[in-house]
Amino acid sequence: MSDGLVLPSYRRPDSVHPPLNSPEYRSSQLRAPLRPLVPMPQWLTEVTGPLLGAERVTAADADLTTRHAGEPIGERVVLTGRVLDSDGRPVSGTLIEIWQANAAGRYNHPVDNHPAPIDPNFDGGGRCVTDSEGRYKFVTIKPGPYPWRNHHNAWRPAHIHFSLFGRAFTQRLVTQMYFPGDPLFAQDPIFNSVPDPKARERMIASFRLDQTVPDWALGFEWDIVLRGRDATVFETRADV
Amino acid sequence: MGDVTPSQTVGPFLALGLPWPDGPFVVPQGTPGAFTITGRVYDAAGDPVPDALVETWQADERSRFGHPDDPRGAASSAVPGFRGFGRCPTDAAGEYRIVTIRPGPLPSPGGGTEAPHLDVSIFARGLLDRLVTRIYFPDEAEANAADPVLAAIAEPAIRATLIASPVEGGGPGRFRFDIRLRGERETVFFDV
Repeated sequence: MSDGLVLPSYRRPDSVHPPLNSPEYRSSQLRAPLRPLVPMPQWLTEVTGPLLGAERVTAADADLTTRHAGEPIGERVVLTGRVLDSDGRPVSGTLIEIWQANAAGRYNHPVDNHPAPIDPNFDGGGRCVTDSEGRYKFVTIKPGPYPWRNHHNAWRPAHIHFSLFGRAFTQRLVTQMYFPGDPLFAQDPIFNSVPDPKARERMIASFRLDQTVPDWALGFEWDIVLRGRDATVFETRADV
Repeated sequence: MGDVTPSQTVGPFLALGLPWPDGPFVVPQGTPGAFTITGRVYDAAGDPVPDALVETWQADERSRFGHPDDPRGAASSAVPGFRGFGRCPTDAAGEYRIVTIRPGPLPSPGGGTEAPHLDVSIFARGLLDRLVTRIYFPDEAEANAADPVLAAIAEPAIRATLIASPVEGGGPGRFRFDIRLRGERETVFFDV
């Protein structure tokens, strides 16, 4: 009956993602599982996924600088890029959600007790949907670095959290975008949890003078690449 | 293929970006036949995890997905407002809840049948990548016994971590699914 149910197959990226057990990142030692992950087939539930798009956003959600009576303190940033899969195909109409600290390195969250000021004009959350070429655009301010308690004198490099769905459960990704040239990279166990230095580089945005808006905002560009599909999949019938 | 963007942790402040007011509702509030799956996320010390996010994805009641990559064709549910997707941050007690309907069984390549299940992603501070697990139903013994994903887990006690429990005295169709991130009774997590 289900003979001939032919499904796409998403490639498992090799040594791209951080190992769950990364002792230098202390919180992982209470929360990362000890047993090896069980390989799971990619069947109907895995090759489909929520196609969340325009119904979840308004145009104002992509501009984090205009939600309040005044403007937030900080370096204004226009952040653009594309969401692609690893075959270079754009992922269009997909929801992106972001959250970040303010320019002083403080999150507008009750658990953040870093003694830096809350900015009454900045809440730090945003969302948008990619266009037909997979492009997105946010207007925000550059987040500040902040101290945390992972080890003595530990500081997180400036970063923006990104959440992406892609088109399938297999493509779901939550990551962080960093800014180029940050002197805090070398001591950060979260950034360095990614074993391959080239893969780490892919989390760093590029400064773009050509996308910098004169007299107004710095331009940064960052492309996000989700898992691609096996090219041969549609030739392989699984009707064993 | 090596150019995939690496995963990073959601950190402790995901509440600024990810929760939605309607997140837990896979089907709208008041949908006939809808039930609640509640559960608690625990760490290695047995303490509740108050800063996690649990997401679910599932087929509809007729075993279909509103998605073009389902080779049987995209189909919309007969249940108005069915979204298939649920999302809930854990509260101070580490608890989440999802309001949904039971998915139908699914055909799998090779001719087997997957028992009704929800795919689950768990995000939290301390997790550098999401964890993936599945929720199966306790009153589907026959279907669960024939499920190829469950069958691949040899040890019954470990397999049992994927099956929700009925909530005693909680009324019909209420389920509990606790998630133990690490330790002796650790939940099964998958590499998808």
